[in-house]
Amino acid sequence: MRTLTKALGYILLTVAALTFIYPFLWMASASLKPENEIGTLALISRNFSLRGYSAVFKQIPIGRALFNSGLVSITSTTSVLVFSSMVGYALARLRFLGRDSIFNLVLLTMMIPGQLLLIPMYILVVRLGWTDSYRALIIPAMISNMGIIVFRQFFKSLPQDLVDAARIDGCSDYRILFQIFWPLSKPVLITVGIITFIGSWNEVLWPLIVIRKWNMMTMPQMVTLFHVGGLANAQVAAEMAAAMMLAFPVIVAYLFFQRYFIESLALSGIKG
Amino acid sequence: MLGRLAEQYRTSDKAGYVMVLPYILHFLLFTAYPLVFAFVLVFNRWDIVTPMEFIGIRNIQRLLRDATFWTAVINTLRFLASHIPLQIVLSLLIAVILNGPIKLRSFFRGAFFLPFVISGAVVTILWQQLYSTDAGILNLILNRIGMQPVPWLTDPAWAIYSIAIMATWKNMGFYIVLFLAGLQNVPHELYEAASIDGANRSQQFWKITLPLLQPVMLLVVILSTIGGFSLFIEPFVMTGGGPAESTLSVVLYLYKQAFQFLRMGYAATIGFALAIMIFVVTFIQRKLLDTDQPA
Repeated sequence: MRTLTKALGYILLTVAALTFIYPFLWMASASLKPENEIGTLALISRNFSLRGYSAVFKQIPIGRALFNSGLVSITSTTSVLVFSSMVGYALARLRFLGRDSIFNLVLLTMMIPGQLLLIPMYILVVRLGWTDSYRALIIPAMISNMGIIVFRQFFKSLPQDLVDAARIDGCSDYRILFQIFWPLSKPVLITVGIITFIGSWNEVLWPLIVIRKWNMMTMPQMVTLFHVGGLANAQVAAEMAAAMMLAFPVIVAYLFFQRYFIESLALSGIKG
Repeated sequence: MLGRLAEQYRTSDKAGYVMVLPYILHFLLFTAYPLVFAFVLVFNRWDIVTPMEFIGIRNIQRLLRDATFWTAVINTLRFLASHIPLQIVLSLLIAVILNGPIKLRSFFRGAFFLPFVISGAVVTILWQQLYSTDAGILNLILNRIGMQPVPWLTDPAWAIYSIAIMATWKNMGFYIVLFLAGLQNVPHELYEAASIDGANRSQQFWKITLPLLQPVMLLVVILSTIGGFSLFIEPFVMTGGGPAESTLSVVLYLYKQAFQFLRMGYAATIGFALAIMIFVVTFIQRKLLDTDQPA
């Protein structure tokens, strides 16, 4: 009986795992197949070619989109780490007027659904003249409430002796933060970094609204419009190739840092 | 009063004010201003090009009578009614199996989590292909095992459930991890005590595990409800809201009102309605699930 349930468990897990992995393998395979072989279950074909990929490069500036997405994700992630840790440090370790009100404000604004601010944010970006520019994609994403809360909580747990000793040596709060606290904060830096980077890399609604020029688009936006806008001329291989190029960097990073990804993103759900 | 405040300021850490300054500026520009502006827009008609026109509560009246808006709300409820039970049953089942003495646990967990890190754009483009009525491999598999093809995205009766299945697939790994964390928090002594009392495995599951998982369950329900109200890329890519508006989501409707018809005031009104619905639904769920503690 025991062995039977155990075997059943393994069979169920294996079938389930296959349903999660197979579609991605199928997508990778379809991006390399000729059109008439795409509607099959086989993952290997004798007629594999890179025609889908060259069609993508011919029809849309996908290289530029990769660059844009990389630039936007890296800049906003770096900025979130710097600014959110700064605010988190001030809220956790410094005494100043209005500190508790600011912390409450952070908690409160986290509850506002992003869609509520979508239209006025778009109008703000138009008024600032930021449409079709990196500013529209980066500046609103430069600080994060979730980051502030995670950093504050972690910094509260570090020993006060560290701060006192550094102060006696004449360290400013900025040096305490970046030269003493940061090296001790690798787990939270990784967590906030991964959540921010993945969120930024995958974001599609905001770029769709503020970017119209093809050479300013991000990857998810361009891949989506390539598919929806009919530019792909219903060539499934080309659509799958474009989707592969969007997913590939994340899949590679995930394969190497799986544990960090899972722990970080699971936390993102709990923290909002 | 002022003297005390000045004294408090004098003894406070001055670096604190500088360090929170970026947050204050960001808050004023990207939260406070848009929030106030969204509220102003609710009472105005505006196409961005011509001057804003004050119309009182006409946007709200219109929203309440707008059949298409209510279709979008009902679509969301249909989505949630299928997605939430499916998600809870499947991810709890897998989490319970993974919580046992399983080899390759981290491989399985990693496989289930993969779709969660991938962009929704990729997942929807991929699934649209899998769902294709004539050329999709899902119908190919159904055909192999002798079943009729399913009009996944082309039949108004099916389409929203197809999106719910895809969303379950995309987010399941995340919920498995939440359930696993919950399962690991159940004290071992409880099971030992129960088996001494002669309770079998399934009794232990229903009487011990499930009640203790209630906080996780609440989190799963709330997060998937918020996710359901935020559906956008799925109908945007797969169906454009069709067939027959059966997959139109509230966010997609908001997007169309704003950027196809340039009705900024009306779109902002939809935004407020959406926020209110999210608050109300999560509030009710919190009340219902929290007070329903078993003795």
